[in-house]
Amino acid sequence: MKEEEKNLPPSDIPQDILRKMYVAMVNIRKFEERVAEILRSPKKEITTPCHLYIGEEAVATGVCSALRKDDWVFSTHRSHGHFLAKGGDLKALMAELYCKKRGCSKGKGGSMHIASSDIGLPGSSAIVGGTIPIAVGAALAFSMQDKDSISVAFFGDGALHEGVSYESLNFASLKKLPVVFVCENNLYCTHLSVAATLANPNIYKKAEAFGMHGIRIDGNNVMKVFKVAERAIADARAGKGPTLIEAMTYRWFGHVGPYDDLDKGLRSKEELNYWMSRDPIKVLEKFLLEHGFMSELERDQIHKAISEEVEKAVKFARESPYPDENDLLHNVFKT
Amino acid sequence: MRRISYAEAINEALHQIIAKDTRVFLIGQGVTSPWYVGSTTMGLIDRFGPKRIVDTPTSENGITGVALGSALAGMHPILCYPRMDFMYLAMDQIANHIANWHYMFGGQLSAPVTLWAIINRGGEQAAQHSQATQAFFMHIPGLQVVTPSTPYDAKGLLVACAEEDNPVVFIDDRWLYQHVGEVPEELYSVPIGKGIVRREGKDVTVVATSYMVYEAIKASEDLEKERIDVEVMDLRSLKPLDKNLLFTSVKKTGKLVIVDGGWKTCGVSAEISARIAENDVFRSLRTPIIRVSLPDTPAPASLALEKIYYPNAEKIIWAVRKILEM
Repeated sequence: MKEEEKNLPPSDIPQDILRKMYVAMVNIRKFEERVAEILRSPKKEITTPCHLYIGEEAVATGVCSALRKDDWVFSTHRSHGHFLAKGGDLKALMAELYCKKRGCSKGKGGSMHIASSDIGLPGSSAIVGGTIPIAVGAALAFSMQDKDSISVAFFGDGALHEGVSYESLNFASLKKLPVVFVCENNLYCTHLSVAATLANPNIYKKAEAFGMHGIRIDGNNVMKVFKVAERAIADARAGKGPTLIEAMTYRWFGHVGPYDDLDKGLRSKEELNYWMSRDPIKVLEKFLLEHGFMSELERDQIHKAISEEVEKAVKFARESPYPDENDLLHNVFKT
Repeated sequence: MRRISYAEAINEALHQIIAKDTRVFLIGQGVTSPWYVGSTTMGLIDRFGPKRIVDTPTSENGITGVALGSALAGMHPILCYPRMDFMYLAMDQIANHIANWHYMFGGQLSAPVTLWAIINRGGEQAAQHSQATQAFFMHIPGLQVVTPSTPYDAKGLLVACAEEDNPVVFIDDRWLYQHVGEVPEELYSVPIGKGIVRREGKDVTVVATSYMVYEAIKASEDLEKERIDVEVMDLRSLKPLDKNLLFTSVKKTGKLVIVDGGWKTCGVSAEISARIAENDVFRSLRTPIIRVSLPDTPAPASLALEKIYYPNAEKIIWAVRKILEM
């Protein structure tokens, strides 16, 4: 964790950004908690496989808060957090999890194929590592078009098992493209730990092999994520090439679904407790309360307001129609 | 009209479409190399520079993803695979990503990528440097597949691909590169999904694409001496397939020989047979269909084996004679 110590102190982040990041993280948390609840209910309202983001909220929030609207992010099978952090609509996301027609992908994508091109999230792939080269390609286009937008590839530690991730790092660094690689290292690739899958588990060090900057950070501290992302984004925008950020974090639930899977014997209760004690939302909440940037009353109001929005999203999703036979054959090609 | 070679027609199409449309660029391994892609990319790097003529590391899967990402951001990349055998390395980005993208996100962004795939076989290059895998791409929803046979179509279809808002696999064949034909100097396009009758006839329909069209025409000329009147149809696009044109011809002749440079099982000829079999036009057939294609065997190296491996005019003549005896 030596790299982590070098991170700048968070005190120079403007208060309004800190508060927005708090709201964004609570938004993701409450959304995912509600989804977990629905998934656990015997009514089976949601059956699309959901990979919940609870515990990792600081990564998407810190990175997306440092981006502009015209910057793009590409996501993975664990996509809900990225979508919401980039400004995606709660209702459209919930409706997509219900696989309804008013979902962001019109019920054709489900949980793993979330997109909203107008907020700069053109897509999420369920193929591990699949969107990494695509993010690089968007960056190539931005540079060809003389735009100063940048592109972000979010991926998990498991993506480093895929050859395409190395092809992408190489090409992006070779061409000095405006892209930032954000690895959410949650310590597990489905059922296997990082130690059981990577010969060298120091993911950030892989950057060096491609002549780019790599940094490992505490992915549960949104302020650190924001500062490091801000710098990487500025470098990318200035034509200095890509950065690989390895954000250390943890998913509270299992690989997929609404349970912690402790009974499967893949990880320990102690490990989960340790990471829950480092809850990214509590880390920022403590900071905001201690510095007087947010009162307890304001905190409670934020939570209440978001819970209400999430309920509205559930209602919207429930009331939305399912796609019909006409939709089945539509959208294969752009017409 | 002016006559130029197939390779020159591709080169001219690239020059003209890249000059005309700022969204179009060429990317892929070897696009600035003097030998990888024949003479098809001559002069491009000097004229347009490395920003629009992007030579790349091999990294087929990664570069295919890069092309997709650029397309989502508004570009129209032409991505070159100097040998289509190497596309197997990129099947994830082609099949899982490019082909699915528009549908999977409910029709938000489309992926206007031209996948320029070159069949480069013969010369004892053996199993991994000789393949013609058009049928793979036909199988995947969301992809279109074109296989021009003439210099005119090579130029017109490549331009059509670059202008298209959806992904297209443009497959050419190095055996066609020296063929010469009439090609207008100006920019034009040939519609994707439209076949053409190359030679009218009444006794039997021979349907082919790409290089096999030449072998079919050669066969029809020899057969003419025997007073056998062959209709040669060039589908030009394999997907969408111009089935109405095909059906019209089959209705007229009642006999069908399908010629394809790929493998037989689940191949182009299998798909065409099935289209006929499930349509009322099936009743017009007076004999079974005959397929002339590769055997279900990898490509051999030895010239002695290559000679009998690839379909040619001789095999087509055999098939036509056989179908007329039935």
